[in-house]
Amino acid sequence: MNAEVRPAVRLASSSVGVLAAMKGVFARDMRVAFRQRQDLLNPLLFFVMVVTLFPLGVSPEVSFLSEAGAGILWVAALLSVLLSLDHLFRHDFDDGTLEQLVLQPQPLFLLILAKTIAHWMLTGLPLVILTPVLGVMVHLDGNSIAILCLTLLIGTPVLSLIGAIGAALTLGLRSAGVLLSLLIIPLYIPVLIFGTGTVAAAAEGASVGAYLALMGAFLMLALTLAPFAAAAALKISLSNA
Amino acid sequence: MWQFFHKLGSPKWFFGISTRFMPWLLAGGILLLMSGVIWGLAFAPKDYLQGNSYRIIFIHVPTAFMAQSVYIMMASAALVTLVWRMKLADVFVKAVAPVGLVLTFLALFTGAVWGKPTWGTWWIWDARLTSMLILLFLYGGVIALDRAINDEKSAARAVAVLVLVGVVNIPIIKYSVEWWNTLHQPATFKLTEKPSMPAEMWVPLLLSVLGLYLIFGWLACVRMQTEILSREQRTRWVKEFVMKGRV
Repeated sequence: MNAEVRPAVRLASSSVGVLAAMKGVFARDMRVAFRQRQDLLNPLLFFVMVVTLFPLGVSPEVSFLSEAGAGILWVAALLSVLLSLDHLFRHDFDDGTLEQLVLQPQPLFLLILAKTIAHWMLTGLPLVILTPVLGVMVHLDGNSIAILCLTLLIGTPVLSLIGAIGAALTLGLRSAGVLLSLLIIPLYIPVLIFGTGTVAAAAEGASVGAYLALMGAFLMLALTLAPFAAAAALKISLSNA
Repeated sequence: MWQFFHKLGSPKWFFGISTRFMPWLLAGGILLLMSGVIWGLAFAPKDYLQGNSYRIIFIHVPTAFMAQSVYIMMASAALVTLVWRMKLADVFVKAVAPVGLVLTFLALFTGAVWGKPTWGTWWIWDARLTSMLILLFLYGGVIALDRAINDEKSAARAVAVLVLVGVVNIPIIKYSVEWWNTLHQPATFKLTEKPSMPAEMWVPLLLSVLGLYLIFGWLACVRMQTEILSREQRTRWVKEFVMKGRV
């Protein structure tokens, strides 16, 4: 890819503060992404298509869809995040940007955190915004849609953060895509269980506070620990290449 | 103390010392496992509720116990790999991951066989069962990642990161039967309380758990020795070992 589309990271001096460096990485990732808009659209199209498969493949009955809708949307969102993870480090790895990032004086895990936040803003957040439309299409009621959006809003950053570890581990490997899914899906299962559990509890009229608190705990755990694991994995993958 | 620590990192030292331990591990393991299983299957009293079908507990609990225990051991070794770069630690992780996979599969399988007569179904999506299934996937992922990376050192360290990340699942399995209302019964053994079953049942169970532990130790040694031989094949002591048959 040419340098016009993918500007270099410019934070070489150690006088750049940590926050400024994170901002720089974040801004660059956003700029690069918006120069290749199709890449942004693809996970969203995938999300919509997977959701479409269920009414056509299983049953278009309102009773089935309104019961399973939240689960379908969650699974589709999970798969779509999984699909987009390959982009998180791949291009930077191919053109050497990632090595420069590792060499920066700022702690790598914070720069990765910035990259992951950018990744979430570009994939997870659009999914959440698209959810109400699809929620109406699978006949969820208004309350369920609101709760579903809330769980996705808390849950998709967790997916991005855990996914960053997998993406870093499988960087530069043969058949990285399948391997990435194999490594990451087991770790996604708890998030999925509590995400759909929240909506199910809300549909039964139970209190969702405890569920949301647990999801928040997942988010905090992932936010504080995942960047460290991803940074360690990234260093290993780069030394391997 | 430090000398011991350094020795522990030496594959040659481990190879020599484990050869001496292995017969004892195997003999003790077979003795304990056989006596536990035979006592449990033939002589322990019938359960008043489940009849004879409960006797699969003497296979199920040891394998399920070991499946989690092996993962914890792997995780400790993974930490050692990342922190101290000790060669033996990553040999251990690589050697026991398939053993853990098989143990987890056996635990799920015997659980299914036990579930059919008592719960009336082979499988339910219960918290304990699901989290054990996740454990199976984690073992599979560890093995797959290890095979995918050609360079031995990077493979070991990448696998170590993955194993440590997967550790979050262990407390979920452990406490799933207490946190959620599940069909699966709570833990059989607890450190702090007396077992809720009579001694004629828990003593043979304990024997088979200990026996399986020893057999696992033996198996881990065998697999580690094989791995060490293939990794150190260019060193002089391995060549001498192959020629003379001893270290």
